[in-house]
Amino acid sequence: MKKRTLALMLSAALCVGMLAGCGGGNTGSANTPSGNTPATTESETPATTQLSGTVVTNGSTSMESVMGSLIEAFKEVQPGVQVQYTGSGSGAGITSAQDGTADIGLASRDLKDDETGVKQITVAKDGIAIIVNPQNPVADLTVEQIAQLATGEVTNWSEVGGNDAEVVFIGREAGSGTRDGFETITGTTDNCKYQNELTSTGEVIANVASNPNAIGYASLSAVDDTVKAITVGGVAPTEETVLDGTYAIQRNFNFILSESTELSDAAQAFVEWATSADAADLIAGAGAVPVAE
Amino acid sequence: MKQKLRPLEVVMNLLFFLCGFIAVVFVLFISIYLIISGLPAIKEIGLVEFLFGTKWASTASEPSFGILPFILTSIYGTAGAIVLGVPVGFMTAVFLAKIAPPKLATAVRTAVDLLAGIPSVVYGLIGMMVLVPAVRELFHLPDGASLFCAIIVLAIMILPSIISVSETALKAVPKEYEEASLALGATHIETVFRVSVPAASSGIAASIVLGIGRAIGEAMAVIMVAGNVANMPSLFSSVRFLTTAVASEMSYASGLQRQALFSIALVLFLFIMLINVILNTLLKRKKG
Repeated sequence: MKKRTLALMLSAALCVGMLAGCGGGNTGSANTPSGNTPATTESETPATTQLSGTVVTNGSTSMESVMGSLIEAFKEVQPGVQVQYTGSGSGAGITSAQDGTADIGLASRDLKDDETGVKQITVAKDGIAIIVNPQNPVADLTVEQIAQLATGEVTNWSEVGGNDAEVVFIGREAGSGTRDGFETITGTTDNCKYQNELTSTGEVIANVASNPNAIGYASLSAVDDTVKAITVGGVAPTEETVLDGTYAIQRNFNFILSESTELSDAAQAFVEWATSADAADLIAGAGAVPVAE
Repeated sequence: MKQKLRPLEVVMNLLFFLCGFIAVVFVLFISIYLIISGLPAIKEIGLVEFLFGTKWASTASEPSFGILPFILTSIYGTAGAIVLGVPVGFMTAVFLAKIAPPKLATAVRTAVDLLAGIPSVVYGLIGMMVLVPAVRELFHLPDGASLFCAIIVLAIMILPSIISVSETALKAVPKEYEEASLALGATHIETVFRVSVPAASSGIAASIVLGIGRAIGEAMAVIMVAGNVANMPSLFSSVRFLTTAVASEMSYASGLQRQALFSIALVLFLFIMLINVILNTLLKRKKG
C-alpha cells in the first residue's frame, strides 16, 4: 500500500513537472515567432483587442495532441478566450459543425461530397512513417504491400524482397490517432494482425529497433536513427513530401466550419491564429506538419 | 496535570479517529465508484457475453467486448509467477531464517529489500530491453513479447513479499519446537523441514497469497513485456492482462469502450477483494 501511495504521489509530482515544462515551452515558442514575423502579428495586434468567450471544438481524437498544444498556447494570446476540446471522432466533429453544437468541428480526413453546409480549412498534415529495423534489407514498399504485411496476408519478409523471416507487425493501442490514421489510409481498419500493441510512439520505435523482423508505424516527427523509415512507392517520408502530397501515408487535419453561421469573434481569432505561422512551431511540436508558411 | 491535558487529548483522539476514517472513506468511495461506473457497460453488453466472450475489439465498427482472454491471461500469468517464484522465494526464506550465517543473511536480506524497492517500470524497462530480445533469440520466436516474459518478470517481482513474510513466519516458530526435535536426534535440515516449516505453514501460505495479490495487480511492468494483443493466452503469444487492458486503452477511450474499461477494473477489483479475504482468513488462523 505504502509503495503505491508513494508511486502515486511521485507520478503526480511528475505530471506537475511535465505540465510546468509544457507551459514554459509554450511561452517561449509563442513569444519568439511573434517577434520574428512582424507582418502578420503587427497587423493583428491592433485588431485583436482582448476578446472573451468560449470556443467549442469537437471531433477527431487524432488531433488531440495538436489541439492540446494549440489550446494551451492560445491562453497566452487571448487569456479571455476559453477553447474547449472534446474528442469524439471525425464523423461526430463534422456533424457538430453542421448542426452548430460546436464552433469548430475537427476532422482528420477531408470532407466527403455528401457532407454539405460546411467547409474545411487544413491546419496541419499528419505524416505516418513506416519503420523497420535498420538490419532489414527492405527499403521500399507500396501501400498495398504494407497493408498485406499489416493484415497478415504476407507473413514472411521474403515475399516482399527481404530475408526469410517471419514478419512482426507492431502498432498502437485501439483508440490511438496514429493507429486510426494508419489503418484508414492503408484500408486495413479492424483487420490488422498485431503482434504487439504498445501505448506510445516511443515504445513502438524501441521495439522495432530491437527486433530485426519488426515493422511498425510512428508519427513522422518521432522517427529517429534507431529505426529505418522506408520509402513508400519510392517516396521518402519527409516534411516536404508530406506537404506536397507525394508521400502516400498522410492525411489532413482539418477545421470544419459552418457555411451558414458566422463564427464568433473568439472562434475567428482562434482559427486565424491556428492557421498562421505563429502556431506552426506548436503544430510541429505536437507531431504534425504545419501547413502555414 | 491530568485535568489540563484533557482538551489536547480529546483533540488528538479526534485527529486519530479522522485519520483512521479517511482510509475507510477512500475504500468505500473507490468501491462505490467502481461499482457505479462498472455496471452500466456490463448491463449493456450482458454479463455472460462480457465475462465469457472471447473477442475484444473495442474500437471496431461492430465492437465486441469479451474479456475472457484478459481474465485467463491474468490467471495464467499469476499462476505461472507463483509456480516459478514460490519455490525460489520459499527456499530463500528457509535459507535466511535457519541456515545462512548471520553476515551472509544480512547481505542477502539487503538485496531482497532492494529488489522490493525497484519501481515496477524499471522491471518493465529491463524486461523489454533485455528479456524480450533474449526470449526471442533463445526460443527462435518472431517476437519475444509474450506471456512467458510477463511470468518471469512477475515471478521476480513477487519474490520479496514471499521471502520476507515467509522468513518472519519461520522466525516466529518457538525455539522449543526445534530444540525438542534436535534432542530427539533429527538433523538440522530434518528439523527445518519437518518441524519449523509445518509450524510456519499458515504464514508461508499468507506470503503466497500476498504474492498472488501483487502479481495480479501489476500493470506497468507487464504492459511493457506482454505485447498487449487481446489473444487467448498461450505461453509464447502476445497477451493482455486485466490490468493492462484498462491501462492501455483508457487514454483515448470514449463511450461504451470507456465504460467497459471500468467494468474490467471492477472485475479486477473483485479478484483482489477475494484474494484479500483469503489472506485475512489465513492470517486469522495463524493467530488463533
